[in-house]
Amino acid sequence: MTDKLSALEHIKADSRYLRGTIAEGLADPLTGAISDPDTKLLKFHGSYMQDNRDIRDERRKQKLEPDYQFMVRLRLPGGVLTAPQWLAMDELAERYAERGLRITTRQTFQFHGIRKEHLRDMIHGINDCGLSTRAACGDDTRNVITSVNPEISSVYDEVFGWALKLKDHVATQTSAYEELWLNDGPADPDAWKKDAEPLYGKAYLNRKYKFGFAIPPNNDIDVFNQDFGLIAIIEDGKLAGFNIAPGGSMGTTAGDPSTYPSLGDLIGFVTPDQLLETCWQSIVVQGTFGDRGDRKHARLKYTIDRNGGLPWYRDQLQSRLSFKLAPPRPYHFTHNGDRFGWVQGEHGKWHLTLSIQSGRLLDDATQKRRTGMREIARIHKGNFRLTCDQNVVIAGVDEADKAAIDALAAQYQLDEYKTASGIRKHAISCVALPTCGLAMAESERYLPTILTKMEVLLAKYDLLQEDIHFRMSGCPNGCSRPYISEIALVGRAIGRYDLRLGGDHAGERLNAVYLENTDEEHILTALDELFGRFAAEREPGEHFGDFIARVGVVVPPARRPALEYA
Amino acid sequence: MSTQAVANQLAALPLPPAKARLAAELVQGLDGASLTWLSGYMAGAAAQLHGLPAAVPAVPANQTDTRLTILYGSQTGNAKRVAEGLAEQARTAGLTVNLARADAYRTSELKKERLLYVVISTHSVGDAIEPPDDSRGLIEFLTSKRAPKLPELRYAVLALGDTSYPDFCGIGRQVDERLQALGATRLFARGEADADVDSVAKPWTEQALAKARETAGATAQPVARTSSDGVVTPLHPASSAWSRQRPFTAEVLVNQRIVADNHGKDVRHIELSLEGSGITYQPGDALGVWPRQADALVNAVLETLKLDGDSKVEHDGETRNLREWLTAHRELTALTKPFIAAHAERGNHADLAALTQPEAREQLAELLGTYQLLDLVRQWPATWTAQELVSALRPLAPRMYSIASSQAQVGEEVHLTVAYVHYTHDDEERWGAATHYLLNLAEGDTARVFIDTNDRFRLPADPARDVIMIGPGTGVAPFRAFVQQRQEDGATGRQWLFFGNQHRRTDFLYQLEWQQALRDDALTRLSVAFSRDQEHKIYVQDRLREAGREVWQWLDGGAQLYICGDADHMAPDVHAALVDIVAEHGGKSADEADAWLRQLMAEGRYARDVY
Ligand code: SRM
Ligand SMILES: Cc1cc2nc3c(=O)[nH]c(=O)nc-3n(C[C@H](O)[C@H](O)[C@H](O)COP(=O)(O)OP(=O)(O)OC[C@H]3O[C@@H](n4cnc5c(N)ncnc54)[C@H](O)[C@@H]3O)c2cc1C
Ligand SMILES: Cc1cc2nc3c(=O)[nH]c(=O)nc-3n(C[C@H](O)[C@H](O)[C@H](O)COP(=O)(O)O)c2cc1C
Ligand code: SF4
Repeated sequence: MTDKLSALEHIKADSRYLRGTIAEGLADPLTGAISDPDTKLLKFHGSYMQDNRDIRDERRKQKLEPDYQFMVRLRLPGGVLTAPQWLAMDELAERYAERGLRITTRQTFQFHGIRKEHLRDMIHGINDCGLSTRAACGDDTRNVITSVNPEISSVYDEVFGWALKLKDHVATQTSAYEELWLNDGPADPDAWKKDAEPLYGKAYLNRKYKFGFAIPPNNDIDVFNQDFGLIAIIEDGKLAGFNIAPGGSMGTTAGDPSTYPSLGDLIGFVTPDQLLETCWQSIVVQGTFGDRGDRKHARLKYTIDRNGGLPWYRDQLQSRLSFKLAPPRPYHFTHNGDRFGWVQGEHGKWHLTLSIQSGRLLDDATQKRRTGMREIARIHKGNFRLTCDQNVVIAGVDEADKAAIDALAAQYQLDEYKTASGIRKHAISCVALPTCGLAMAESERYLPTILTKMEVLLAKYDLLQEDIHFRMSGCPNGCSRPYISEIALVGRAIGRYDLRLGGDHAGERLNAVYLENTDEEHILTALDELFGRFAAEREPGEHFGDFIARVGVVVPPARRPALEYA
Repeated sequence: MSTQAVANQLAALPLPPAKARLAAELVQGLDGASLTWLSGYMAGAAAQLHGLPAAVPAVPANQTDTRLTILYGSQTGNAKRVAEGLAEQARTAGLTVNLARADAYRTSELKKERLLYVVISTHSVGDAIEPPDDSRGLIEFLTSKRAPKLPELRYAVLALGDTSYPDFCGIGRQVDERLQALGATRLFARGEADADVDSVAKPWTEQALAKARETAGATAQPVARTSSDGVVTPLHPASSAWSRQRPFTAEVLVNQRIVADNHGKDVRHIELSLEGSGITYQPGDALGVWPRQADALVNAVLETLKLDGDSKVEHDGETRNLREWLTAHRELTALTKPFIAAHAERGNHADLAALTQPEAREQLAELLGTYQLLDLVRQWPATWTAQELVSALRPLAPRMYSIASSQAQVGEEVHLTVAYVHYTHDDEERWGAATHYLLNLAEGDTARVFIDTNDRFRLPADPARDVIMIGPGTGVAPFRAFVQQRQEDGATGRQWLFFGNQHRRTDFLYQLEWQQALRDDALTRLSVAFSRDQEHKIYVQDRLREAGREVWQWLDGGAQLYICGDADHMAPDVHAALVDIVAEHGGKSADEADAWLRQLMAEGRYARDVY
């Protein structure tokens, strides 16, 4: 652990509970930006300052500052929003955002291209309909995600209830949020003195911290990608509690082998009434031992791996709990990824999962999917659930209303799940260019092109219907969870990617690099050959990633040694 | 006049005795050219000292008997240039000349004058004509009851104007008529110069000289000339050999759009090389650019009028083919009232002719503001011969652009900020001649340019003085030069810039440079008004009002005030805001506040460069 505090630690600690000079920065008429330290604090309020990188150089020549703008991310536990909320978000996107609505890989909405002068109205508007952006980004507890698992409705409802409770339990407390975005009139300059963060402290966490609930047999959230994964244990059709799996996350730094993607591993089981305490204390452990000097090695996975592994971590957590952690209980994941089309839940209601490419709902000359979703929201009586694969579930539909929704889905090309290839339906791509400041290569904008080229190859071997998981990220941070994918492209430079292969279909195995820092031509040549081999040599029902791992095309990394339980 | 006589005259001036002796010594034995040079030097020194030409001292009545007084009122320097030229030639011809800018002239002198020439331009705000800023006091005085009877005065007026404005040369006419009404004798008819100033100014100057000689009689002695070829030493020896008539061919170094895509709006930052020209300029000066009309426009005109571009046309002693006449020597994008009248007659268009009548003033203004030659001849067809067309169209005039750079920083370069004038007429593209020409210059191309000096728009000589600069839109150009200059000078005074445009994101001209200047403390304060970034429109005058107390404090503390940019709306609105501010925070009535500001103007502390 590095002793020297990173610069960001001082910014946070001196920020008067996340105020900094954000208010002054928003009022500065000479720039569309806010100060650099304030951009770090703003994340805790759910917004990133960005600029349109496509025109950065052009604007420099024009003697104009970069095209500063803000990305606003909703905090949306479980990805659930009501139809009126959908309409309100759509309206806000229309009024203030530039690229429609964007469903993220943590099942929420992002809005891109918000101008500084609209930021307050935007966030205010979100709060006006009962939603929030608090702690959607920043060194705190991120959006708590939950399997959408519509079939097992009763357990789902219960788990979703726990997700909401957890969100509240570990929420940041600062009144800066209300002060900056919601309150009218001048702020009380001393208000911060009354603030306190009993859980986080005034410097908050050292890094982002992610919780997620999976409901087996569905691992649609990729529970082993969470800092603190929670697997619902269903016994006799009832929620018995949760297996806990800390230490997952994707982010790596290009060219730095001391950084790595990692899957979480099981360390125990807790009953529902022990859940909140466990989660709280897990944050305390990370707050105590997490590296505050080096943000590259700050996530919980490094805290665990650099301090003594899972046994050490379990001891640390255990020593802070008022009860004894039980050994993990059996469960079984059959798949990650979404299941498209209609399914009926236990309550008799119907749920329709639609595939939304890259989660982007944006009308243009060729399609009006955003309008289509708005039309559906106008007639829909249930709610919506956003998925971690950037898709949407229209949940709680009566038998009688299915036809109308189908008709709208068809009218607005939202029913591609019926005809799209397996790889296309399941593909995930992160945002990347032009807004993501960390992007090294295209992702969302490149996805349609590369998919079409891959489909040509798949067609050659009659594999178009094969559900192959393909995920692309514009840089090694891995926002599309590429390291758990059967095929992944991880951006290294414009037009260049690492080709990774060998993930499984349940989110329980990492993939490995097959070609490093290569171009499209080499990627396609390699895939052509491997698709051919797969078609010829696969075992019945075998998935592409499993085949790759079985025949040794790559060697996927091992997971941490399993704990022993007394 | 002998140099002894000059020395005697100097001794009579209200100088302290010691200085008067020195002055007399100084001029002893100098030839005429040297004396002329010295007068320029002294005037320059005075301008350096006060940012103003020295006020002309009162002269005993007996001396006004024989002297010629030339007054000029000039906003953009044309009238000044003509007046200076006349003064130069009159002095060479041996006349005693008192050349004065209108605001440096004591109006109490007027009744003593015997021979007076006035060269004055007309400006306008919206529909109302206005005198140049330097002539407000003179015009107020002349039109007031205080104006004395002038039975002994003989005079003539050269009015400068532009026939593309509805009220052509209105101010000059006013002066001319008023002097006559005060009992003065008009020596010869008023000259009315259009945008191509010299085609009227030259003959007028010749006539004025001849009349002055007659009037001054035999007392005048031609002054010895310096060189055998008869070239007169220029008044401002600093300026180089290049001029409006002999423009320098400058290479384009940079032609960069500096607004982001904004509904087709285009503003260019243009850098030209002055390398090898020896040209110098000061912040506040403008650059004159001789445009060439676009081939497409010339072709369209030729086609519509069914004329042959190759036909030879002789006019004013020059023979060129019609295409070249239209491309480089005639206005095609701006119409004039005389041309419209002639065209109406030719095509027998009563409706068009009606527009040139006084009662159709507004419609005419509308037509002048929105129609180009091509639009006129298309809508109201008429037949022209090449010869007739060339003589009826107004000669092409150079366009002025405020210089946006300081040589202290850019050396042998000159920078401009040019807003492209373009729009559609009947779904066809139309453009302004010079801006279209400039916009299409590639790096490495050349343009013919000259410096148009503007001594009324100068940084304070005192580096400790504060400056307030109000320059929305391209009006910000000279302030870029100011800020560069003050930075190089290490000026200790504060600088406060007011800038405005439609959107911060797309048309914050030189945003990065201003941000840097603020960081470097080369700019103390920057107040911006982006009119369309919020529901209600906000302009620089609103920002001025918001900061009224401080604006007043700065002004009261001696700050110099500058306004540059739009003449029609911005300048009067800003002035109105300033009146309110001075009234409110200076504890004055509106009239007093206005008078206070006019006084600043007269002192050269409130300067405007509006267009
Ligand atoms: C929108 C989203 C991707 C998407 O296409 O859906 C996204 C987008 C960004 N991520 Fe992410 N991340 C998103 C899910 C993820 C995930 C997946 C997950 O959590 O399930 C990961 C991998 C898991 C993990 O945490 O490692 C992820 C790992 C990162 C990292 C690497 C973190 C690390 O520990 O190294 C960064 C960079 C960082 O934090 O320094 C990052 C940073 C970013 C930023 C904010 C870039 C930045 O820091 O300037 C991206 C904004 C792009 C833009 O223009 O919108 N994002 N990011 C996802 C929003 C999630 C949400 O709603 O909260
Ligand atoms: C001292 C001074 C300084 C100046 N500084 C600058 C400067 O720094 N930057 C700058 O950009 N300009 C500046 N100008 C203005 C500049 O000199 C020109 O007047 C301007 O660039 C237009 O010239 P042009 O030849 O392109 O247009 P012109 O050919 O002169 O005019 C085009 C004609 O088009 C018509 N027209 C224009 N717009 C429309 C419309 N929307 N609809 C219908 N008809 C229309 C009008 O009738 C106009 O006469 C300055 C002017 C002065 C006097
Ligand atoms: C903003 C502006 C308004 C003008 N208005 C008129 C006008 O109403 N009538 C007119 O005859 N000339 C008008 N002119 C033309 C000027 O009188 C002409 O350009 C003259 O040559 C300027 O002389 P100066 O440089 O000495 O001021 C106007 C010029 C400008 C820049
Ligand atoms: S993976 Fe990299 S490029 Fe893609 S959104 Fe995340 S940080 Fe940006």
